[in-house]
Amino acid sequence: MKLLKFIKTGIRNLTMNKMRTGLAMLGIVIGIGSVIALISMGESSKRSVQSQIQSIGSNLLTVSPTRSTTGGIRGMGTVQTLTYDDAEAIMSSAKITTVKSVSPEYSSRSQVTAGGNNTNTTIIGVTPDYTEVRKLTLTSGVFITSENISATSKVAVLGPTTVEDLFGSGANPVGQSIRINGKTFTVIGVTKAKGGSGMDNTDDRIYIPLTTAQKQVFGVKYLSSIAVEATSDSIMNKTANQVGELLLSRHKISEVANADFRIMSQSDILATATAVTGTFTSMLAGVAAISLIVGGIGIMNIMLMSVTERTREIGLRKALGAKKKTIILQFLVESIILTFVGGIIGIIFGIIAFYIYTKINSSTFFISISSVALAFLVSAGIGIVFGWYPARRAANLQPIEALRYE
Amino acid sequence: MAKPIIEVSHLVKSYGTGDLETTVIPDMSLRIDEGEFVAIMGPSGSGKSTLMHILGALDLPTSGTYLLDGENVEKLTDDQLADIRNRKIGFIFQAYNLLPRTSAIDNVIVPMEYAGIPDDKAIEKAKKLLELVGLGERMDYPPNKLSGGQQQRVAIARSLAMDPAMLLADEPTGNIASAQAEEVMVIFQKLNDQGRTIVMITHEPDIAEHAKRIIHIKDGRIINDSRGHKRRIIRDMSSIKNNK
Repeated sequence: MKLLKFIKTGIRNLTMNKMRTGLAMLGIVIGIGSVIALISMGESSKRSVQSQIQSIGSNLLTVSPTRSTTGGIRGMGTVQTLTYDDAEAIMSSAKITTVKSVSPEYSSRSQVTAGGNNTNTTIIGVTPDYTEVRKLTLTSGVFITSENISATSKVAVLGPTTVEDLFGSGANPVGQSIRINGKTFTVIGVTKAKGGSGMDNTDDRIYIPLTTAQKQVFGVKYLSSIAVEATSDSIMNKTANQVGELLLSRHKISEVANADFRIMSQSDILATATAVTGTFTSMLAGVAAISLIVGGIGIMNIMLMSVTERTREIGLRKALGAKKKTIILQFLVESIILTFVGGIIGIIFGIIAFYIYTKINSSTFFISISSVALAFLVSAGIGIVFGWYPARRAANLQPIEALRYE
Repeated sequence: MAKPIIEVSHLVKSYGTGDLETTVIPDMSLRIDEGEFVAIMGPSGSGKSTLMHILGALDLPTSGTYLLDGENVEKLTDDQLADIRNRKIGFIFQAYNLLPRTSAIDNVIVPMEYAGIPDDKAIEKAKKLLELVGLGERMDYPPNKLSGGQQQRVAIARSLAMDPAMLLADEPTGNIASAQAEEVMVIFQKLNDQGRTIVMITHEPDIAEHAKRIIHIKDGRIINDSRGHKRRIIRDMSSIKNNK
């Protein structure tokens, strides 16, 4: 008996009870749909994190403070180990030969108002080298100058998202005033959009002179990080070692293990971020896999019901000469049709759901071929795995019992 | 001497084990030759269904031998039994047992599919058989569009699909009106006249009278085996075709 006949008979049997077939299929549709949507979302966030990090440049080192360990006791409170003088030293020390520029930064979130509008955003205290180190360009106005630094001027450069939040879209805020933490600042420039979303959106920021940030706005003396740009991305390790040694001697720490700072390169950050989003993606895939298993159990349930209902038919087929293999194949074909059609519908729904997600998050839409292929295989596999037991049960029915069954 | 189709000797069939063991057929020997038309009669509980299951290779005897058309039906696997049923036996059931939502012709094709006969040959054969039972114009009708008698005729056409050694009919007229029952009997007699071996299980004496030989069973034993009684022959095939 040819496969095509099994498929024809299977479709006829499945269309006999459309409601039940549809409901059984729904489980698979939801399972496969969520696999596709969630894996794509995970993949999408991984891609956007990677592209954000890569847009910053690969010859960048980030020095960030950590709690120092002295005599087995870790310091408490805000970490205050990095200072502006450290940044100066990195730039001017004769021992350091591979640094192109240095950007000391202090960042904190704060409430910002302009006219009737207000927003909560990241305020970053910077020096003029920031644009060089962080690859930042302006669409209008000018960036913070060294005069602004020495004069602790109350000037600000806004990210495009912040401009939209405070002044509405399309407005040119240069020359206008905003209030940060109760202090009035004059807007002198707007940065070019880099893309990004969520908490780490590089377009939703306000840049002010580092000195103003430290003394006038937040009242601190330390830095939250120092970004170091190396002359080339092939000497990153050497640069990291030089900067590390300098800072250890400046902080009077003899052992590397006790260092009160951490130096990370872009590739380190990328690896960390990739690992984080990877965990995230596999968690989502796990959730989706559970819904697939539930869908598979639904298929098994329906197939078992179908076997019970068609006991007489199975008995008759066996009386007419159907072998076990034939009966098994007939029921397997039916469950595979169920999961396969359900899988295709699920893939379509999953792609639509992901499309909507990308529209809402304004991230790029793509179809992950590997996840579609995986979903296809998994749905056919579920048909076989969860259809096997009912099919076996049908094949092992004794013809006399089956024929008598009412 | 005629060729034996069924040769049963010292057949025993019992169910259960130990104290729960019940013997349905204690010891039975029976021979049915090619070209016979046998009715097996008996009250309910007489063991005639059990006998029919064994003769139909749907069940295996506990002990004793059963030769069906020269093949030993003992200790066979389920698949081997399925093969024997497919090639040697044409089943006709009381409840017709046609596949629902499947056209008459597709129902007739089913046993040929299992035997691996190519589609074109199977379709040709199925058409001939449906014409033979007077349903040439209803080949594409599903069972629910056919009367009981017509459905049973489709089942007869199906039973003939593999040119089996014998037809095994279990209460073939039990579910249909008497006029249509007679049509079925006329077809049986016609087939028997052409040399077809038929074994029919029934509890209705006037149906049994259509057969050439009547075997009475009680408590799993043959109590009467009569040949040469007066057969009832009422109409021939032509009356069926006019009667539709």
